[in-house]
Amino acid sequence: MAEIQGKADSGGKGGKKRAKKMSTKIDMTPMVDLAFLLLTFFMLTTTFAKPNVMQLTMPVKEKNEDEQTKLKESEAFTIIMGENNKVYYYAGMNSAESKADLKVTDYGPNGIRQVILDRQRVQPKTVILIKPDDKAVYKNMVDILDEMNITNQKKYALVKIAKSDKDLIKASGL
Amino acid sequence: MPKVKPHRTSPSLDMTPMVDLAFLLVTFFMLTTKFAPEETVVVDTPSSTSDIKLPESNVITLTVDKNKRVFFGVDDDKTKVATLQKVGAKYGVNFSAAQAKAFGNLTNFGVPIGQLGSLLSMDADARKAVAKSEPGIPMDSLNNQLIDWVMEARKANLSLFKKQTFIAIKGDGQADVPTVQQIIKVLQEKDINRFNLITDLENKPVVRK
Repeated sequence: MAEIQGKADSGGKGGKKRAKKMSTKIDMTPMVDLAFLLLTFFMLTTTFAKPNVMQLTMPVKEKNEDEQTKLKESEAFTIIMGENNKVYYYAGMNSAESKADLKVTDYGPNGIRQVILDRQRVQPKTVILIKPDDKAVYKNMVDILDEMNITNQKKYALVKIAKSDKDLIKASGL
Repeated sequence: MPKVKPHRTSPSLDMTPMVDLAFLLVTFFMLTTKFAPEETVVVDTPSSTSDIKLPESNVITLTVDKNKRVFFGVDDDKTKVATLQKVGAKYGVNFSAAQAKAFGNLTNFGVPIGQLGSLLSMDADARKAVAKSEPGIPMDSLNNQLIDWVMEARKANLSLFKKQTFIAIKGDGQADVPTVQQIIKVLQEKDINRFNLITDLENKPVVRK
């Protein structure tokens, strides 16, 4: 490859036998090939070893009921992760007296992300309540938490889904 | 005017410095690489835009696969063995030195403590064969072995290395949320409120404000 070896001495016209002159150089090409192969292998295996993580900090449980902050209805915004990658959302609270206006969207960039951004414009102090349905998959949870990072939503909480929310989804038929 | 003779040089070039460097790098990477140990379960993690890296050491990994099974693993071998003895003592299960050594080489496991002894006595191939049928570590309110493993691993790591541990949750994309929430709930009862969710990296989208 990189080395061109001179033609071996053919001995001329059958005359005197001469001691063959060997080159003192050795062909290093195979060794270099191997060295670089190993180098590439080890370089690639080291770089990809460490996985990425998303940090999730849960609130410390407040024992004292009075010190827990109450959420204002005007600031509340609920996202429910349903089955089959559906996302339900409504603003405000949901109770038996006043049914919330439930809407459905998806996890795409024009789905829930736009909804959150629109909501942030209307109410900058929005607190998002994330409620995973029993049939939601872990990927949905990561996606929603990721959307919180993307939209720079600072206040959000992962809470258990209430029965009234489940009923709301059933009743809406979405 | 005399003819200008082209200077004849040999086309060979001295590769020695390059080879030196290549071997230096090979040696460096060989010594620094820590091979990813064999996984008991295959987990397809979801992707996120977070670019924070998992800490290098003192990590407890809780793996959740799509069949709701939970696997426990801690990175350091010494911590592992110390944890095994503590948890074994708590449940009245004794492990031989060979079993403890086998446990040190195990990335993670997903069997109740009663079955752990027989799992550790197997050789690597047999263990691989039963990996699919490992039931996962129980963590319901009646039989919560997971929290014992986590707490003992934290204590062992703290006494061995004087460092706090990170809790990493490695969930499959299709794993169900109630299982993950159950893990979080169980750990929160012990005042562990920080979690690292292991994800793949995806590109950060541009957000229109």
